[in-house]
Amino acid sequence: MTEETNGTPMIEVRGLCKEYAGSPAITDLTFTVARGEIVGFIGPNGAGKSTTMRILASFLSATAGTARVAGYDVEQNSQEVRRRVGYMPETNPLPDEMRVREYLKFRARLKGMNRRVSRERVDEVMDQFGLEEVRGKMIGHLSKGFRQRVGLADALVHEPDLLILDEPTIGLDPHQIVAVRELIKTLAEDHTVLISSHILPEVEVTCNRLLIMHRGELLAADTQTNLQKRVGGISRVVAELEAPENDLREVWDEMGDVTDYHLTSASGKYRRCVLTARDGVDLRPQVAALARTRGWPMRELSESRPTLEDIFVQLTGPDEEGEVF
Amino acid sequence: MATFLTLARRELGGYFLSLRGYVIIAGVQFLLGASLLIVLDALNDKPFDMPLTEKIPNSGFFWLILLLMAPVITMRTFAHEKSTGTFEALLTTPVSDRAVVLAKFCGAWLFFMLTWAPAAVLPFLLSRHMSDMAMLETGPLASLTLGVAVLGAFFMAVGCFASALTRSQIIAAMTSFSIGTGLFLLGLLALYRPPQLGWKTDLFQHISMVEHMSDFASGIVDTRHVVFYLSLTLVFLFLTEQVLASRRWK
Repeated sequence: MTEETNGTPMIEVRGLCKEYAGSPAITDLTFTVARGEIVGFIGPNGAGKSTTMRILASFLSATAGTARVAGYDVEQNSQEVRRRVGYMPETNPLPDEMRVREYLKFRARLKGMNRRVSRERVDEVMDQFGLEEVRGKMIGHLSKGFRQRVGLADALVHEPDLLILDEPTIGLDPHQIVAVRELIKTLAEDHTVLISSHILPEVEVTCNRLLIMHRGELLAADTQTNLQKRVGGISRVVAELEAPENDLREVWDEMGDVTDYHLTSASGKYRRCVLTARDGVDLRPQVAALARTRGWPMRELSESRPTLEDIFVQLTGPDEEGEVF
Repeated sequence: MATFLTLARRELGGYFLSLRGYVIIAGVQFLLGASLLIVLDALNDKPFDMPLTEKIPNSGFFWLILLLMAPVITMRTFAHEKSTGTFEALLTTPVSDRAVVLAKFCGAWLFFMLTWAPAAVLPFLLSRHMSDMAMLETGPLASLTLGVAVLGAFFMAVGCFASALTRSQIIAAMTSFSIGTGLFLLGLLALYRPPQLGWKTDLFQHISMVEHMSDFASGIVDTRHVVFYLSLTLVFLFLTEQVLASRRWK
C-alpha cells in the first residue's frame, strides 16, 4: 500500500466493520487515501462499496473500527467531516419538483454558505457543469445526463476537499459516460476523489489507484500497473497464422514456454491462437521465428495484458462462479 | 440556525410546489365549511346565548380535519425523502438530526395553520347575517385558534414520527391516523361511559380531546391542556429524532 507523503491522509480507515442485522456487509477494512488521489473503488454489486462510502460520508455508523476524513473521525466529528465531503449517493437522488438553480441554492445554504457566497458558488458550478441552459427547469423534467450533472454540481458546490461519488456513471449512455468521465478528470486536479463502480473499464481510465473489494473485504489496493504485475503470471500472446490446425497444435505442444493454448478459426484460412506463457516469458520472438522458419503467413502477433477483469478473477480465486460483473 | 431556516422554508414551500398543498387546503376548508353549516343549521331560528364557536367542536367534520387531514399533511415529511433517497443526501450535509426534525415539524405545522387561514373570513361572513353579534366574540375565537394550534402541533408531531418510521407514505398516514384516532376515541369514552368514580374515568377525562377543545372553544385557556399537548408534541419530536439517530445505532 502506498504511504502518505504530505500531512494527514484524506481518508484513513482502520479495521472498519459493518453488520446489517447480523450479516456482515464489510469486514475489517483498512486503507488510506492520500490528498489529491483519484481512487477507484471496484467490486461486484453487494461487495460493500456503497456501505463503506456511506460510512465515510457519515450517513451510517460502523459496527467496529474507525474512519477518519481529513483527520476528523466520522463518528465524533461528523459535522466537520460532512463539511469537507461532497457526496453523491448511488442513483443520485434529487427532488423532482424543484428547479435546478433553486435546488443548488438550497443545497449550498444547507451546507452552511451564506446568501452571497452561495449565489456566487451556484453560478460557478452551473457554469462549470454547463447547467445554465436548464437553470429554470424542473429537475424531474431533466434528461439523465443533466440530472447527473446536477448531482455532481451539488456534491461540489461547497468546495469540499473530498469527493465521494457512488456509481456516478450508472445508467448513462456512452456519450454521457464520456462527458461525466471528463468532468471527473477535471475535478481531480484540485480534489481528492473516491469513485465507485462495478464497470471495470470505467475506473481503468479515470483512477490512478484501485481498491478492489469483494464480499465485504478489501482484496487489493494498488495502482493498476502494480496489480497487473502482481497477476503477471498470466501473460498471453495472440497470433493469427495461416497454417493447418494439426500442425499448429503440434508446434504449441512442443514449445516448452507455452503452458496452454486455444485455437479458433479466423476469417480466410487464418487461425487465431491464444497462447498462455510460463511466468514472465515473452513468447512473441519465438512465435515470430517459428512463422518465419515454417513459412506460415502471419497477420497478427500481439501481447494481451491482463485486464482488470483478469486481475479481479485472479484475486477472487478461480473457483469464483456466477456473474462476477 | 441558518440551516434550520433554510430547511423549514423548503419544507413549507414544498407543499406548494405541487398541487398537493392546494388540495389539502381545499379539503380542510370543505370540512370546516361543512361543520359550520351543520352548527348553523342546528341553531337556526332557535334562541341560544352561548358563543357560536363553542358549538364547532361538537361537529364531527371539525374532528375529521385533525384526525384525517393531519396524517395527509405529514405523511410525506420523512417517508418520501426516504423512498426517493434524498434523505441520504440531506443527512450527509452538515445539519444536525434535531434541526432536520424541527424544520420538518415546523414546516408541517405552519402549513397546517395556513390551511385554516381562509376560514378567517367566516366570522365576517356570519356577521352580515346575524342579529346578535355577542355570539361571535373575539375571545373565544382566539382561544379556539390556540386550541387548534396546540392540537395541531401534537398531530403534526405524531405524523412526523410515523413518517420517520417508514419509507411508505401510506403506512405513515395509517400509523399517524391510528395513533391520533386511538387517542381521540379513548378520550371519547369519558363522554359515553356511564359516569362512575375511579381512575379510569379520570384518565379518560384527562385525555379527552373533545373536552379540551370545548374548553378552548368557549374561551377558557386552561394551561393544563396547553401543557398536555405541548409535552406530547415534545415527546413525539424526541422519538422522531431517535428514529433518525437509529441509523447510527450499533
